[in-house]
Amino acid sequence: MSIREAIRDAHINRAYDRRLNDRHLSRQIFRRRVLLAALIALLVFTVLLWRAAFLQVDRHEHFSEMAENNRTRTLVIPPERGRIFDDGGRVVADNVATYQAQIVPEDADDLKRELSMLQQVLKLDDDTLHDLKERIKFGRSFDPILVKSDLTPVEMAKLAQLQPWLPGVSVESSLKRVYPYRQLLAHVVGYVGRINVADLKRINADLYQGTQYIGKSGIEREYEDVLHGKPGFKTVEVDAVGRVVKVLKVVPPVAGQDIHLTLDVPLQGIAAAALGSYSGAVVAEDPTTGAIKAMVSRPSFDPNLFVDGISHKNYQALLNDPERPLFDRAITATYPPGSTIKPVMALAGLQYGFLDPNKKFFAGPYFQIPGDKHHYRDWRKWGHGWVDLDQAITQSCDVYFYDLAYRMGIDPMHAFLTEFGLGRKTGIDLPGESSGLVPSPEWKRKTKNLPWYPGETVIAGIGQGYMLTTVLQLAQTTSILAESGKRYRPWLVASNKDKEPSIELKSPSFWNDVRHGMFDVINSPHGTARRIAAPYLIAGKTGTAQVFTVAQNASYNAKDLAKKLHDHAVFIGFAPYDDPKIAVAVMAEHGGSGSGTAAPVARRVMDYYLGFEPKKTVKMEFVKHGD
Amino acid sequence: MATEQPKAGISGRGPVLDRLNRSSDFGKHEGAKWFFLGLLSLIRRINYDPVLLFFLMLIAAIGLVAGYSASDQSVIWVEKSAFRFALAFLLMLAIAQVPQRFFFAIAPWLFGFVVVLLVAVHLFGDVGKGAQRWLDLGFIRFQPAEILKLGMPMMLAWFLARRPLPPRFLDVVIALILVAVPTVLIVMQPDLGTAILVMTAGLFVLFFAGLSWWYVLGFVLAISAAAPLMWFYVMHDYQKERVLTLFNPMADPLGAGYHTIQSMIAIGSGGIWGVGWLQGTQSHLNFLPEGTTDFILAVYAEEFGLMGLILLFGLYLAVIWRGLYIAAYAESTAGRMLAAAISMTFLVYVFVNAGMVIGILPVVGVPLPLMSYGGTALVTIMIALGMLMSIRTQRSFLGHER
Repeated sequence: MSIREAIRDAHINRAYDRRLNDRHLSRQIFRRRVLLAALIALLVFTVLLWRAAFLQVDRHEHFSEMAENNRTRTLVIPPERGRIFDDGGRVVADNVATYQAQIVPEDADDLKRELSMLQQVLKLDDDTLHDLKERIKFGRSFDPILVKSDLTPVEMAKLAQLQPWLPGVSVESSLKRVYPYRQLLAHVVGYVGRINVADLKRINADLYQGTQYIGKSGIEREYEDVLHGKPGFKTVEVDAVGRVVKVLKVVPPVAGQDIHLTLDVPLQGIAAAALGSYSGAVVAEDPTTGAIKAMVSRPSFDPNLFVDGISHKNYQALLNDPERPLFDRAITATYPPGSTIKPVMALAGLQYGFLDPNKKFFAGPYFQIPGDKHHYRDWRKWGHGWVDLDQAITQSCDVYFYDLAYRMGIDPMHAFLTEFGLGRKTGIDLPGESSGLVPSPEWKRKTKNLPWYPGETVIAGIGQGYMLTTVLQLAQTTSILAESGKRYRPWLVASNKDKEPSIELKSPSFWNDVRHGMFDVINSPHGTARRIAAPYLIAGKTGTAQVFTVAQNASYNAKDLAKKLHDHAVFIGFAPYDDPKIAVAVMAEHGGSGSGTAAPVARRVMDYYLGFEPKKTVKMEFVKHGD
Repeated sequence: MATEQPKAGISGRGPVLDRLNRSSDFGKHEGAKWFFLGLLSLIRRINYDPVLLFFLMLIAAIGLVAGYSASDQSVIWVEKSAFRFALAFLLMLAIAQVPQRFFFAIAPWLFGFVVVLLVAVHLFGDVGKGAQRWLDLGFIRFQPAEILKLGMPMMLAWFLARRPLPPRFLDVVIALILVAVPTVLIVMQPDLGTAILVMTAGLFVLFFAGLSWWYVLGFVLAISAAAPLMWFYVMHDYQKERVLTLFNPMADPLGAGYHTIQSMIAIGSGGIWGVGWLQGTQSHLNFLPEGTTDFILAVYAEEFGLMGLILLFGLYLAVIWRGLYIAAYAESTAGRMLAAAISMTFLVYVFVNAGMVIGILPVVGVPLPLMSYGGTALVTIMIALGMLMSIRTQRSFLGHER
């Protein structure tokens, strides 16, 4: 073997060895890498478990809570609102089941076909249908979507008939607030409406979850807490898309309590009918309890319009009506009481010793403050001549009371009228009551920054000038007069009866002096309201509330004046005289004279209340005016 | 070369058979005797890895248990699922009988065919779920990319086994091109989940081929550099959203972050011991999207807690380790690389899915092997496991023939 060969062999051997070594080497590398891969796998699972442990141990509570929130929802079951009844058990605010058609899109076989069927059956116009399609598009497919509310029986029957062809369509009932007497009790009972932002500020929002309505005015608002009740709750399990899977717990709602009013619907109807086309108010009170038996404010409105949200057009119509139907003329509006204040003035005069009931006073055509040229005229141009207290009330002698007021001065007058309950709220259980106004020098200085003039004292003596009362205050005054000083707070809900301290006079006979004067207003041949003399004995007082001031030398001629400028006609009265059961105050705006317009209204109310008017005619009028 | 040592439990004549042969009872029932003998000889003859089979069946059983709960206790679902598992296991055993050289023989043809199909998908693909993934051949709709999850490691193992190992520079370049072309095609479909699985499967083969650590380091750097480029030029908006969501799922709890949050709530509320089987609320109430498929792990983790996860992850780790063990003792170069790559791809499956469910990886549509209810994915995984068994048992098979 040559060296050359030996070298070649060595090369070959080395190459062979290297190949063998390479194979061996790659296997070694492979085994090392597999071991490394095994460790990597272990590391990967360690990381996964470390992360899982973080979620399941460290954050377990957090995620459990989230899971619970994910899972359960609390649904509110709104309570049924209490109903409102009148004294005779008639429902004046009711909950009526209304029916609505709704569709669950995911349950429908062929939504398009079903919608066109519904359009035909329910007579939906194209806009409504378009709107419905939009709501279906954006709603959740398992949520019922309202198709039409307030279904008629015919529509319900048709839907029932077509049920097999309308899968997913159902008829659901809900309760709607309904006021069957519509305009008749609108101001007293009030109405409910959708809860708005202002409402949210005064209520506990928790209690109103799921509730549609809240009392907006009248009794509905005043007794909201009683009527509303307490909502119930239903805890349900839901899935990710909010679909209810299972009901876990139910707490039933507590229905609101029913309320029984002292009001008598037929009497209310009579009063409204008697007032006729006049704007104004009639309040009838039981003087022995303070129960309000009728409280009419006209013109009125239909409270049912407000229940599901009044349309803008209707609301504007109500707001822009010059007669202002929304304005409550019984407790919110204030009027000058006019001559109806005279019995109270007389009592003040007697109490403070400015009057002797039997002493005659010469009443000329006008009164003059000494040293002043101004003529404070009597309503009767030629005056009344010699009159005592009884005659002064009977004939409504202005000069007699000018003189009294001037001698008494404003401060005792203010004190006595305030003591009588005027110039402050009666405290009736209704929202929106005005306090009226009994003027005083202090009041004038505060509000107008002007001194008090003696002339203002004089006209205050006949209930003109700054003095303002609500019709309710007049009825309350009448009740106090009827009961000779005993008084109850006027109240609308039967269960309440608040006696207030009686008015004590120096001599109880003062009451009868005044009451007899009021008796003669109706029952003497000279009485201003002698035309309403009835088979039973009425006592009362007429009045006119001046709307504008007649110039000093002009005469007042009703015919020449637009109706707007006519005086308001006022009347207060109670009956029967010897055992008063009813006290009535009537305010007929622009009615002209108290005796001609307002007194007959009161007579009709008394007639009915005391059983002197047959029920049949009542019914007729009630229907006409109540509806 | 190491001599073949037949395994007693598989190919040896066991005492049971002897006893059956001796049994006098069979004298009266010749038919039954031959039936049992036939069955036993079949079991004896088929090639399978009992250790791997045992762990896989345990996982499948857990999958059925969790699926029953996740499917709102649908017996029909369990029946269908069990039937699928049965078919899948039969498929796995069938593949296990195939000699491993067959896999490598078809590897280049299969690979080439699928790449052509991928191009075809781009041209004629069916648009499903907003992504062009499906190819409709009239009688069957399938995802060509799915085939590559296996085709890629097969191809690379075949190629590298024919070259000197550890691979030379030129071979590495060729291998990388083989990996990159289909990966890019799949990313363009777009199907990020499958692309990741296909790419990693190929890279694992390179890794096990003994790729120099310098190259490995180079890859890591290259991928780090490529990530921003991917972000701006390759990834779609919905994919970016998923990644962003990962870092802050609460940013959009009802949108992109919804899946992650709901899944984390389900797992977190499970605690250490779980809320109990069928007691999970998140999954039953539809909070968990795809409760029986991609998110089944969350259902399982809620009901069985951390302990359940330890058990399940332990089983997966056992499967992977067994696969690596098979690879370590495999005879052929191509076989061992393929076996190791399959094992690690299995790990990637589990990691990507579990990582998504527990909120450390973005939401990517990768199923959890043997747990998620799904057709093609299960088929792919079972074929891969069948190959693994084929690689394992081939020695005894060959030894027998000799």
